Amino acid sequence: MHETDMTKALIQTVQDWWEAQPERPRVERIHLVVGKFTCVEPVSLQFSFEVQRRDTFLAQTELVIQEPPLIAFCQLCQQEYAPEIGLRYACPSCQAPMEEIRSGRELKIDRIEYCSDSAPAYASDL
Amino acid sequence: MHQTFDAALGINLLHANQQGANHNRAHLDQWGVTCLNLMSGPGAGKTALLEKTLAALSTQLKIAVIEGDMTTELDAERLRQYGVPVIAINTGRSCHLDAKMVAGGLHQLEDHCSPSAFDLLLVENVGNLVCPAEFEVGEHAKIALLSITEGEDKPLKYPIMFQEADCLLITKMDLAPYLEIDLARLESNVRQINPQVQIIPVSAKTDWGLEAWFDWVRSQVSAQAQTSTRSSASSAI
Repeated sequence: MHETDMTKALIQTVQDWWEAQPERPRVERIHLVVGKFTCVEPVSLQFSFEVQRRDTFLAQTELVIQEPPLIAFCQLCQQEYAPEIGLRYACPSCQAPMEEIRSGRELKIDRIEYCSDSAPAYASDL
Repeated sequence: MHQTFDAALGINLLHANQQGANHNRAHLDQWGVTCLNLMSGPGAGKTALLEKTLAALSTQLKIAVIEGDMTTELDAERLRQYGVPVIAINTGRSCHLDAKMVAGGLHQLEDHCSPSAFDLLLVENVGNLVCPAEFEVGEHAKIALLSITEGEDKPLKYPIMFQEADCLLITKMDLAPYLEIDLARLESNVRQINPQVQIIPVSAKTDWGLEAWFDWVRSQVSAQAQTSTRSSASSAI
Protein backbone atom coordinates (compact mmCIF):
# COMPACT_ATOMS: atom_id res chain seq x y z
CA MET A 1 0.00 0.00 0.00
CA HIS A 2 2.53 2.62 -1.04
CA GLU A 3 -0.45 4.72 -2.18
CA THR A 4 -0.84 5.70 1.49
CA ASP A 5 2.69 7.15 1.55
CA MET A 6 2.16 8.83 -1.80
CA THR A 7 -1.04 10.45 -0.56
CA LYS A 8 0.85 11.76 2.47
CA ALA A 9 3.45 13.28 0.14
CA LEU A 10 0.67 14.66 -2.07
CA ILE A 11 -1.11 16.38 0.82
CA GLN A 12 2.19 17.79 2.11
CA THR A 13 3.03 19.25 -1.31
CA VAL A 14 -0.38 20.84 -1.69
CA GLN A 15 -0.19 22.16 1.87
CA ASP A 16 3.19 23.79 1.16
CA TRP A 17 1.66 25.49 -1.87
CA TRP A 18 -1.45 26.53 0.07
CA GLU A 19 0.50 28.03 2.96
CA ALA A 20 2.51 30.10 0.49
CA GLN A 21 -0.70 31.72 -0.80
CA PRO A 22 -1.46 34.98 1.02
CA GLU A 23 -5.22 34.38 1.22
CA ARG A 24 -5.31 30.61 1.79
CA PRO A 25 -7.82 29.89 -1.01
CA ARG A 26 -10.30 27.02 -0.98
CA VAL A 27 -8.84 24.12 -2.98
CA GLU A 28 -11.59 22.68 -5.15
CA ARG A 29 -9.78 20.05 -7.17
CA ILE A 30 -6.36 18.48 -7.33
CA HIS A 31 -5.48 17.08 -10.74
CA LEU A 32 -3.07 14.16 -10.84
CA VAL A 33 -1.60 12.38 -13.83
CA VAL A 34 -0.92 8.71 -13.10
CA GLY A 35 0.24 6.77 -16.15
CA LYS A 36 -0.91 3.20 -16.76
CA PHE A 37 2.71 2.00 -16.73
CA THR A 38 3.43 2.80 -13.08
CA CYS A 39 3.11 0.83 -9.85
CA VAL A 40 0.37 3.14 -8.61
CA GLU A 41 -3.29 2.19 -8.39
CA PRO A 42 -5.63 5.20 -8.81
CA VAL A 43 -8.46 3.50 -6.85
CA SER A 44 -6.13 3.09 -3.86
CA LEU A 45 -4.99 6.69 -4.20
CA GLN A 46 -8.60 7.88 -4.14
CA PHE A 47 -9.31 5.76 -1.09
CA SER A 48 -6.22 6.97 0.77
CA PHE A 49 -7.04 10.56 -0.12
CA GLU A 50 -10.60 10.25 1.18
CA VAL A 51 -9.30 8.94 4.49
CA GLN A 52 -6.41 11.36 4.89
CA ARG A 53 -8.19 14.57 3.81
CA ARG A 54 -10.62 14.36 6.76
CA ASP A 55 -10.33 17.28 9.18
CA THR A 56 -7.80 19.04 7.00
CA PHE A 57 -8.02 22.08 4.72
CA LEU A 58 -8.69 19.57 1.91
CA ALA A 59 -11.83 18.08 3.49
CA GLN A 60 -14.00 19.29 0.58
CA THR A 61 -11.42 18.81 -2.15
CA GLU A 62 -11.91 16.42 -5.04
CA LEU A 63 -9.07 14.35 -6.44
CA VAL A 64 -9.18 14.02 -10.23
CA ILE A 65 -6.87 11.41 -11.71
CA GLN A 66 -6.02 11.29 -15.39
CA GLU A 67 -4.51 8.00 -16.60
CA PRO A 68 -2.49 8.26 -19.81
CA PRO A 69 -2.09 4.93 -21.63
CA LEU A 70 1.27 3.29 -22.27
CA ILE A 71 2.55 4.50 -25.64
CA ALA A 72 5.95 3.46 -26.93
CA PHE A 73 7.87 4.63 -29.98
CA CYS A 74 9.74 2.23 -32.25
CA GLN A 75 12.88 3.81 -33.70
CA LEU A 76 13.18 1.22 -36.47
CA CYS A 77 9.60 1.61 -37.71
CA GLN A 78 9.44 5.30 -36.79
CA GLN A 79 6.00 4.82 -35.33
CA GLU A 80 4.15 4.83 -32.05
CA TYR A 81 2.44 1.73 -30.73
CA ALA A 82 0.46 0.70 -27.67
CA PRO A 83 2.11 -2.20 -25.83
CA GLU A 84 -0.24 -4.62 -24.06
CA ILE A 85 0.68 -4.38 -20.39
CA GLY A 86 1.20 -7.84 -18.91
CA LEU A 87 1.38 -9.53 -22.31
CA ARG A 88 3.77 -7.93 -24.80
CA TYR A 89 5.92 -4.82 -24.96
CA ALA A 90 7.97 -5.35 -28.14
CA CYS A 91 7.02 -3.53 -31.34
CA PRO A 92 4.16 -5.46 -33.02
CA SER A 93 5.63 -4.82 -36.50
CA CYS A 94 9.34 -5.56 -36.08
CA GLN A 95 9.58 -7.09 -32.56
CA ALA A 96 12.17 -4.53 -31.44
CA PRO A 97 12.24 -4.11 -27.65
CA MET A 98 10.35 -1.30 -25.99
CA GLU A 99 13.02 1.35 -25.49
CA GLU A 100 11.34 4.71 -25.83
CA ILE A 101 8.26 5.40 -23.75
CA ARG A 102 6.19 8.34 -24.93
CA SER A 103 3.50 8.17 -22.24
CA GLY A 104 2.36 5.98 -19.37
CA ARG A 105 5.15 6.64 -16.84
CA GLU A 106 3.71 9.94 -15.58
CA LEU A 107 3.31 10.32 -11.84
CA LYS A 108 2.67 13.93 -11.09
CA ILE A 109 0.56 16.58 -9.46
CA ASP A 110 -0.48 18.46 -12.56
CA ARG A 111 -2.46 21.44 -11.26
CA ILE A 112 -4.69 22.74 -8.51
CA GLU A 113 -8.07 24.38 -9.06
CA TYR A 114 -8.85 26.83 -6.33
CA CYS A 115 -11.50 29.32 -5.52
CA SER A 116 -10.98 32.76 -4.19
CA ASP A 117 -13.34 35.59 -3.27
CA SER A 118 -10.98 38.08 -4.80
CA ALA A 119 -8.57 37.68 -7.67
CA PRO A 120 -5.04 36.67 -6.63
CA ALA A 121 -2.10 38.67 -7.93
CA TYR A 122 -0.84 35.61 -9.77
CA ALA A 123 -1.20 31.84 -9.89
CA SER A 124 1.96 30.66 -8.26
CA ASP A 125 4.06 28.13 -10.11
CA LEU A 126 6.16 25.95 -7.85
CA MET B 1 -17.95 36.91 -6.48
CA HIS B 2 -16.34 33.47 -6.62
CA GLN B 3 -13.73 32.91 -9.21
CA THR B 4 -11.90 29.70 -9.97
CA PHE B 5 -8.20 29.72 -10.71
CA ASP B 6 -5.63 27.21 -11.81
CA ALA B 7 -2.16 26.81 -10.37
CA ALA B 8 0.12 24.67 -12.51
CA LEU B 9 2.33 22.56 -10.28
CA GLY B 10 3.82 19.81 -12.43
CA ILE B 11 5.49 18.23 -9.40
CA ASN B 12 6.35 14.55 -9.39
CA LEU B 13 4.35 12.61 -6.78
CA LEU B 14 7.60 11.02 -5.66
CA HIS B 15 9.43 14.34 -5.54
CA ALA B 16 10.21 14.14 -1.80
CA ASN B 17 11.52 10.58 -2.07
CA GLN B 18 13.59 11.45 -5.12
CA GLN B 19 15.20 14.36 -3.29
CA GLY B 20 15.96 12.08 -0.35
CA ALA B 21 17.49 9.49 -2.69
CA ASN B 22 19.69 12.12 -4.34
CA HIS B 23 20.77 13.31 -0.91
CA ASN B 24 21.71 9.76 0.15
CA ARG B 25 23.62 9.25 -3.10
CA ALA B 26 25.56 12.49 -2.59
CA HIS B 27 26.72 11.22 0.83
CA LEU B 28 27.64 7.82 -0.59
CA ASP B 29 29.62 9.47 -3.40
CA GLN B 30 31.43 11.64 -0.90
CA TRP B 31 32.34 8.55 1.14
CA GLY B 32 33.32 6.62 -1.98
CA VAL B 33 30.76 3.89 -1.27
CA THR B 34 29.01 1.99 -4.08
CA CYS B 35 25.40 1.21 -3.24
CA LEU B 36 23.45 -1.65 -4.80
CA ASN B 37 19.70 -2.07 -4.25
CA LEU B 38 18.58 -5.72 -4.34
CA MET B 39 14.93 -6.29 -5.13
CA SER B 40 12.73 -9.31 -5.76
CA GLY B 41 9.52 -11.02 -4.72
CA PRO B 42 9.55 -12.79 -1.34
CA GLY B 43 11.61 -15.97 -1.35
CA ALA B 44 13.58 -15.39 -4.56
CA GLY B 45 16.80 -15.80 -2.58
CA LYS B 46 18.09 -12.32 -1.79
CA THR B 47 19.40 -13.27 1.64
CA ALA B 48 20.98 -16.51 0.39
CA LEU B 49 22.70 -14.56 -2.38
CA LEU B 50 23.94 -11.98 0.14
CA GLU B 51 25.32 -14.75 2.38
CA LYS B 52 27.39 -16.12 -0.50
CA THR B 53 28.40 -12.63 -1.58
CA LEU B 54 29.60 -11.67 1.89
CA ALA B 55 31.45 -14.98 2.29
CA ALA B 56 33.29 -14.47 -1.01
CA LEU B 57 33.84 -10.72 -1.17
CA SER B 58 34.16 -9.45 2.41
CA THR B 59 37.88 -10.31 2.39
CA GLN B 60 38.44 -8.16 -0.73
CA LEU B 61 35.98 -5.33 -0.17
CA LYS B 62 34.79 -3.54 2.94
CA ILE B 63 31.04 -4.21 2.92
CA ALA B 64 28.06 -3.03 4.94
CA VAL B 65 24.46 -4.18 4.59
CA ILE B 66 21.13 -2.43 5.08
CA GLU B 67 18.45 -5.03 5.56
CA GLY B 68 14.80 -4.11 5.02
CA ASP B 69 12.33 -6.50 6.57
CA MET B 70 8.70 -5.99 7.45
CA THR B 71 8.76 -7.43 10.94
CA THR B 72 11.79 -9.42 12.07
CA GLU B 73 15.55 -9.29 12.35
CA LEU B 74 15.92 -12.91 11.23
CA ASP B 75 17.59 -12.05 7.92
CA ALA B 76 19.89 -9.52 9.59
CA GLU B 77 20.98 -12.17 12.12
CA ARG B 78 21.83 -14.56 9.27
CA LEU B 79 24.07 -11.94 7.67
CA ARG B 80 25.81 -10.75 10.87
CA GLN B 81 27.55 -14.13 11.04
CA TYR B 82 29.79 -12.92 8.21
CA GLY B 83 31.32 -10.23 10.41
CA VAL B 84 30.03 -7.20 8.50
CA PRO B 85 27.86 -4.40 9.94
CA VAL B 86 24.21 -5.12 9.19
CA ILE B 87 21.70 -2.35 9.82
CA ALA B 88 18.20 -3.81 10.14
CA ILE B 89 15.31 -1.55 9.19
CA ASN B 90 11.88 -2.78 10.14
CA THR B 91 9.64 -1.20 7.57
CA GLY B 92 6.55 -1.94 9.66
CA ARG B 93 3.58 -2.26 7.35
CA SER B 94 5.29 -0.45 4.54
CA CYS B 95 5.96 -2.66 1.54
CA HIS B 96 9.24 -1.11 0.40
CA LEU B 97 12.29 0.76 1.64
CA ASP B 98 12.19 4.47 0.90
CA ALA B 99 14.93 7.09 0.83
CA LYS B 100 14.13 8.31 4.33
CA MET B 101 14.44 4.84 5.88
CA VAL B 102 17.76 4.29 4.16
CA ALA B 103 18.95 7.72 5.34
CA GLY B 104 18.14 6.51 8.88
CA GLY B 105 20.20 3.38 8.17
CA LEU B 106 23.14 5.47 6.94
CA HIS B 107 23.02 7.54 10.14
CA GLN B 108 23.07 4.35 12.23
CA LEU B 109 26.07 3.16 10.23
CA GLU B 110 27.82 6.48 10.90
CA ASP B 111 27.22 6.02 14.64
CA HIS B 112 29.05 2.70 14.60
CA CYS B 113 31.86 3.29 12.16
CA SER B 114 33.30 5.65 9.61
CA PRO B 115 31.31 5.18 6.38
CA SER B 116 34.21 6.30 4.20
CA ALA B 117 36.03 3.13 5.25
CA PHE B 118 33.54 1.11 3.17
CA ASP B 119 33.63 0.18 -0.51
CA LEU B 120 30.20 -1.35 -0.91
CA LEU B 121 26.77 -0.98 0.65
CA LEU B 122 24.30 -3.72 -0.17
CA VAL B 123 20.66 -2.82 0.43
CA GLU B 124 18.27 -5.76 0.68
CA ASN B 125 14.84 -4.36 -0.08
CA VAL B 126 11.54 -5.75 1.21
CA GLY B 127 10.43 -8.84 -0.71
CA ASN B 128 7.93 -7.40 -3.18
CA LEU B 129 7.93 -7.33 -6.98
CA VAL B 130 5.84 -4.17 -7.27
CA CYS B 131 6.48 -1.27 -4.91
CA PRO B 132 10.28 -1.10 -4.42
CA ALA B 133 10.70 -0.43 -8.14
CA GLU B 134 9.17 3.06 -7.83
CA PHE B 135 11.18 4.16 -4.78
CA GLU B 136 14.83 4.99 -5.28
CA VAL B 137 16.89 4.93 -2.12
CA GLY B 138 20.13 6.47 -3.40
CA GLU B 139 21.57 3.37 -5.06
CA HIS B 140 24.06 3.43 -7.95
CA ALA B 141 22.53 0.32 -9.52
CA LYS B 142 19.41 -1.79 -9.14
CA ILE B 143 19.59 -5.56 -9.04
CA ALA B 144 16.46 -7.64 -9.58
CA LEU B 145 16.31 -11.31 -8.65
CA LEU B 146 13.88 -13.74 -10.22
CA SER B 147 13.90 -17.38 -9.17
CA ILE B 148 13.06 -19.95 -11.81
CA THR B 149 10.24 -21.30 -9.62
CA GLU B 150 8.36 -18.02 -10.17
CA GLY B 151 7.83 -18.61 -13.89
CA GLU B 152 9.02 -16.98 -17.09
CA ASP B 153 5.97 -14.69 -17.38
CA LYS B 154 6.83 -12.54 -14.34
CA PRO B 155 8.82 -9.89 -16.24
CA LEU B 156 5.69 -9.25 -18.34
CA LYS B 157 3.41 -9.09 -15.30
CA TYR B 158 5.69 -6.94 -13.12
CA PRO B 159 7.40 -4.92 -15.84
CA ILE B 160 8.58 -1.88 -13.87
CA MET B 161 10.93 -3.85 -11.62
CA PHE B 162 12.53 -5.57 -14.61
CA GLN B 163 12.64 -2.43 -16.70
CA GLU B 164 14.46 -0.51 -13.97
CA ALA B 165 17.03 -3.23 -13.25
CA ASP B 166 20.67 -2.83 -14.29
CA CYS B 167 21.37 -6.46 -13.50
CA LEU B 168 18.98 -9.42 -13.34
CA LEU B 169 19.96 -12.53 -11.42
CA ILE B 170 18.03 -15.63 -12.35
CA THR B 171 18.25 -17.63 -9.13
CA LYS B 172 17.77 -21.24 -7.97
CA MET B 173 19.23 -22.56 -11.24
CA ASP B 174 19.98 -25.85 -9.46
CA LEU B 175 16.22 -26.55 -9.65
CA ALA B 176 16.13 -26.29 -13.45
CA PRO B 177 16.12 -30.07 -14.03
CA TYR B 178 12.93 -30.39 -11.98
CA LEU B 179 10.97 -27.56 -13.56
CA GLU B 180 9.53 -26.88 -16.97
CA ILE B 181 11.07 -23.47 -17.24
CA ASP B 182 11.77 -21.98 -20.64
CA LEU B 183 14.87 -19.87 -19.94
CA ALA B 184 15.11 -18.51 -23.50
CA ARG B 185 11.55 -17.29 -23.20
CA LEU B 186 12.22 -15.77 -19.79
CA GLU B 187 15.18 -13.90 -21.24
CA SER B 188 13.23 -12.67 -24.27
CA ASN B 189 10.42 -11.49 -21.97
CA VAL B 190 12.96 -9.43 -20.03
CA ARG B 191 14.67 -8.13 -23.18
CA GLN B 192 11.32 -6.85 -24.53
CA ILE B 193 11.31 -4.24 -21.80
CA ASN B 194 15.00 -3.93 -20.96
CA PRO B 195 17.35 -4.87 -23.81
CA GLN B 196 20.47 -3.59 -21.99
CA VAL B 197 20.09 -5.46 -18.70
CA GLN B 198 22.93 -7.74 -17.63
CA ILE B 199 21.43 -11.21 -17.04
CA ILE B 200 23.32 -13.63 -14.78
CA PRO B 201 21.88 -17.07 -13.96
CA VAL B 202 23.07 -18.36 -10.58
CA SER B 203 22.56 -20.94 -7.88
CA ALA B 204 23.43 -19.84 -4.37
CA LYS B 205 23.06 -23.45 -3.29
CA THR B 206 25.68 -24.94 -5.62
CA ASP B 207 27.65 -21.69 -6.27
CA TRP B 208 27.02 -22.15 -9.99
CA GLY B 209 27.34 -18.82 -11.83
CA LEU B 210 28.23 -16.84 -8.71
CA GLU B 211 31.69 -15.92 -10.02
CA ALA B 212 30.04 -13.90 -12.82
CA TRP B 213 27.93 -12.07 -10.24
CA PHE B 214 30.99 -11.34 -8.07
CA ASP B 215 32.80 -9.99 -11.16
CA TRP B 216 29.84 -7.74 -11.92
CA VAL B 217 29.84 -6.41 -8.33
CA ARG B 218 33.61 -5.78 -8.45
CA SER B 219 33.24 -3.95 -11.77
CA GLN B 220 30.54 -1.71 -10.28
CA VAL B 221 32.76 -0.87 -7.31
CA SER B 222 35.78 -0.02 -9.46
CA ALA B 223 33.68 2.01 -11.95
CA GLN B 224 32.24 3.97 -9.04
CA ALA B 225 35.71 4.49 -7.50
CA GLN B 226 36.91 5.93 -10.83
CA THR B 227 33.92 8.27 -11.05
CA SER B 228 34.47 9.60 -7.54
CA THR B 229 38.24 10.01 -8.11
CA ARG B 230 37.47 11.93 -11.30
CA SER B 231 34.92 14.16 -9.61
CA SER B 232 37.18 14.86 -6.63
CA ALA B 233 40.02 15.67 -9.06
CA SER B 234 37.79 18.03 -11.00
CA SER B 235 36.48 19.67 -7.84
CA ALA B 236 40.11 20.25 -6.74
CA ILE B 237 40.76 22.25 -9.91
